[in-house]
Parts: sequence; C-alpha cells; structure tokens
Amino acid sequence: MVLVGVSLIVFSLIHLVRGDPVRLALGTRYSQETYDALRHRNGLDLPLVQQYVTWVGRALTGDLGVSFRSGGTVTSLIGERLPATLTLAFAAVFLALLIAVPLGTVSALRPRSFIDRFATVISQIGISVPDFWLAIVLILVFAGTLGWLPTGGYVPLTEDPLGWLERLVLPAVATGVVSGSVLTRFVRSSVLEAMGSDHVRTAQAKGLPERQVFTWHVLRNALLPLVTVTGVQLAYLLSGVVVVEIVFSWPGLGQLALQAVRSRDYPVLQGAILLFALVFLVINLLVDLLYSRIDPRIRR
Amino acid sequence: MTATSLPAAEPVLEVDDLRVELRTPRGPAHVVNGLSYTVGPGETVAVVGESGSGKSVSVLALLGLLPARVATVTGRAVLQGEDLLTMSSDRLRQVRGPGAGMVFQDPMTSLNPVLSIGKQLIEGIRAHSDVSKEVARRRAADLLGEVGLPDPERALDRYPHELSGGMRQRVVIAIALSNSPALLIADEATTALDVTVQAQIIDLVERLQADHGTGVIWITHDLGVVAGIADRVLVMYGGRCVEDGTVDDVLEHPAHPYTRGLLGSLPDLAQPLVDGRVPDLTTVPGLPPPPTDLPAGCVFWPRCPVRSDPRCETEQPPLAVLSPGSGGLEHRAATWCESGADR
Repeated sequence: MVLVGVSLIVFSLIHLVRGDPVRLALGTRYSQETYDALRHRNGLDLPLVQQYVTWVGRALTGDLGVSFRSGGTVTSLIGERLPATLTLAFAAVFLALLIAVPLGTVSALRPRSFIDRFATVISQIGISVPDFWLAIVLILVFAGTLGWLPTGGYVPLTEDPLGWLERLVLPAVATGVVSGSVLTRFVRSSVLEAMGSDHVRTAQAKGLPERQVFTWHVLRNALLPLVTVTGVQLAYLLSGVVVVEIVFSWPGLGQLALQAVRSRDYPVLQGAILLFALVFLVINLLVDLLYSRIDPRIRR
Repeated sequence: MTATSLPAAEPVLEVDDLRVELRTPRGPAHVVNGLSYTVGPGETVAVVGESGSGKSVSVLALLGLLPARVATVTGRAVLQGEDLLTMSSDRLRQVRGPGAGMVFQDPMTSLNPVLSIGKQLIEGIRAHSDVSKEVARRRAADLLGEVGLPDPERALDRYPHELSGGMRQRVVIAIALSNSPALLIADEATTALDVTVQAQIIDLVERLQADHGTGVIWITHDLGVVAGIADRVLVMYGGRCVEDGTVDDVLEHPAHPYTRGLLGSLPDLAQPLVDGRVPDLTTVPGLPPPPTDLPAGCVFWPRCPVRSDPRCETEQPPLAVLSPGSGGLEHRAATWCESGADR
C-alpha cells in the first residue's frame, strides 16, 4: 500500500518538474525525427497514466526500466551503488551508537555534572551543524592540512581493505556524528526516565548490588526504545545522505539520485526513490520483528 | 521525644527523631520532622495521614531509597540493633531484603515489565544467599505458592503484564518476603487495588505475619484498613506524629482535631438516615501545609476547626501522654486542645 502511494507521488512529482530528458540527452543539435524516435522508444509520448501503469507493471517483476542516460538497466545501476551506501550507512550508525550509548548513559548517571554539560553542548552542536559542513571541515583538516586520509572516493573492501577503511573514516564520521548527537540525547533521556521508574526502586529495595540494578533494571529497559530510533537513523542514512556523498565523491545511492535529477533520468530517479521507500519499510519491519524478540510485552 | 512506649519483646525497629529534608527549587522542604516510634516482632503499626503528610518519605528514608543528592536524613533508626541511617551503603544493601522488605503502592509499575516474574524473584534471593539458580527457582516457586498465585511453577516464566493488579501485588509481596525479613514495610500496598482484592492482600499479609513473626509498618490513608489490621496507629500530619496509640484508643477516642477530622470523613453505614438520606460526610477543609513553608505553631492550626488555645499559632505542642493505654501502650497526642473536652 505504502509503496503504491509512494510510487504514485514520485511519478506525478517527477513529471510535474519542467525539463525534457530527451532534449537533455540529445544535446543542442538534433533533428525532429531523432527526437520523436527517442521519445517513442522510451514511451514518453504515451499518456501519463499509461506510462505509470507500464512502469508499475514492470517494477513488479523487478524490471525498473533502462536509464535514459547510460542505457544500463536501473536495477544494475542501483545494484552497483548499493554496497557503497550500505557500507557508509552501517559504519555511521555503528559509530553513532559507539558515541551515544556511553555518553548518553554517563550524562544520565551524573546529571548536571561536567561530563553531562559537555555532552549536551557537543550533541547540540552535532545536531545543529549541517553534515556537509562537517564533511568539508574534516576534509580540510584531515585530508588537507594533516594529509592523513584521502579526500574521498571508494574502493570495495575485497580489493583493498586498508584503502577501504581510509576512505570510509571521514564520511562515516561526518554522518555518524550527526546521528550520534541525536541518539546521545535520546539515550540520556531514556536512561533518566528508566532510573526514575518504580521498578528500579523495587530492585533497590531487594538489596541488589548497584551494578545489577543498573544493567538489568535501568539500562536494559532504557535501551529498548533505542532500537526504534536507531532503525529510523539507519533508514535515513540508507536512503542516501546525498550531500555528504557528493562531498566525498562517494558512489552511493544519494549521488545516483542526484545525477538522475540533473539529467531528468526518470527511470533511475523513480527506481532510486522507490528503493528508499522500500528501505524504510524493510527496516521498520525488521525493527518490529526485533522488538517482538526482545520485549516480552509485544510477544504473542 | 519523651516516654517511648516499649512492647514487652525487644523491638524490631526503633525510630528516634527521624527527620528528612529535601532540597527543592523552592527551598528546603521539611518533609519529616522528628518522628519516633517502635515496631515489635509480629506487631503491625499503621501510619496514617493524607497525601503529602510525609508517610512514604519517612519509610523510604529508612532504607536509603531517597535520592542522596536531594535528601538529608537525620535521626536514628535501629533495625535489629543496627542503625540504618549511619551504616555503610554496602551494609544497607545487605539489610534490604533480609532485614526489611518493602511493598509499594502501585503493582502496575513496581515490577520490571521486561523481566520474567521468576527472574525478578530469583535475583533477589540470590543477592542474599549463595544458592544455585535451581535452588533459588524452587524457593521462588514456593514463595509464589505461599502468596496464593495459582500454578506457581508456570507463573515464574510469565511477565508482569500477563498478570492482574492483585496478582502482581502478590508477586511484589513474594519478592519482599523472599529473604524472610524481620520487618515488612507496606507503602499504600492496597491503595491501587479494588476492595475485594484489597481484603485478600490484607489477609495474606496478616497470615504471613503470624507465620513468620514479622513486624509490619503499614502505610495507608484508609482508616478502614487500619481498624482491620493494625495493633497501633500513628497519625502523621505535616511530617510530624500528631497522635499515636493503640487502634482502640486512637479510633475510639481521637484526641487530635486532625484525627477527628479524618474519622469524621469516613462513611458510616450504620449511621441513622437524616430525612431519608445518608448525612453528608464532614471534610477537613483546606490542604496540608507545603513542607517548604510549615506554620510556626501547631502544624494543623491553619485548618483546625477548634483553635481554642492562644499557643496554637505560636508554639509547637509536644506529644503528651493522654492515658497509659491498654497493654502498656500509651495514647499520646500533640495538641493544645483539651482532650475530649469539645468532642
């Protein structure tokens, strides 16, 4: 249902935007015959409703069409970009959790302490600063001035593990810090809330050691809702952190989508956006499934 | 405080001049102001008073369950010969459980929703005795049976949300009793339950108390419950004890205007009808004083319907012995108002 809605909206919006993909593809000199032939070949001369139905019909069989620009199939184009985006998204979420869980927990344990104030300021900055700006600063400092890391690009892990890691660090930090800031705030309030709950007092009244109260009755309960929020962050990152991908010339889906917009490459753009919607759905489904495993209240 | 009434046996708990001050944004709140009482083995002391009178805080303070950052607790609270208020936090942790178990008000929130009943019982047992998981599990099942949970063995693997409020409260009681405490503190333990369940829980606690000789502090604002279970009553107002004595003395011959107000606000089904209708209940008008701003004289005088004495406004009345009471338990009240004179 959601996918049908998304596909309809995507389709209508794309065709509302001015610009003619055929004219863009042909350049400045072309004959009317070539133009018409090309339009016809790509089905652009058909009524929109018919175009939509054809597209959906094919999409259902896994055929997202052929790129106007490169002539390759959309599925293969997306398939090429997917590993890069997956790598970056998972690295960023991993980093974000690595920052957020300890920092948020410590802040909650010592509210209004130095570390809490420090974490608040840092995460406030992390939330406010645009990721592309952070990306540029990181490049200037670590690739430019210090020269420790390359400015961008991507090599698959299987070809060159070290080069893969070197190129991954900066974009992962740029995106992970933003997610990490959001998650830190979340972990802090979640832990604080859990600490104030009645069952924690029951646990203390039982005479459990502090550490046991904390792991089993505070942290365990506080981290349950983190699964949802992390899922949302992951979905957001997977659907392409467009600007960061551009800054680091990271060949991911965001970049692909942007190029498609520029060249009015309808099939690629439609395919990419449909995939983003699918990613959201799949991740939400996974989060729900995971929840039913870890939260007894949802188990049936 | 003078003349503490001592029951024959060595008391389980002896509280002397307990004071709790909480730091609040509106200045220090004097929540408990010099509370003294004793609880003997097998004895039930009911602490009554309306919301905000400091009842809950006074018992949470005993077990160090108030956040240390905001609460300052002074006085003495000797449980089985050891002062709870000065012992190390490590020792206090050992006392929670075998020394004193606690049952809280709301069974819907006082159990961890994501841990099984068994886990929550077993961890309490294993925190105090070095037994294997299997032994602890068997003991947990026995406890659940003892508190009247049907099919205890299976109940161990259930989660709190699968049980009703009354059943959950039985689990909380099982947890509180899991280390055979010398003292059981029930903080409004039946307030959130409906009346029939309330009666079952009260019966349960009385039975367990009779079996194990546990001393019980029963905190409530329900005088009906008090009449049913308590040996002694302590009426709290504004963080002070305004009246205490045996149940009979306090409920039959209340001396403090506040106690009388509380009793007057109870419906009496045996009362004759007036003009064919149940007569209106009396209320105690107004609200308890904010603990950040207690009145200088008698804590109750701003709401007091009597206010007969000029000292009411300026001088705190001491707890004075009214009668030697039955069974060696004195009946005391802190009021300037002549006892019984204007009843």
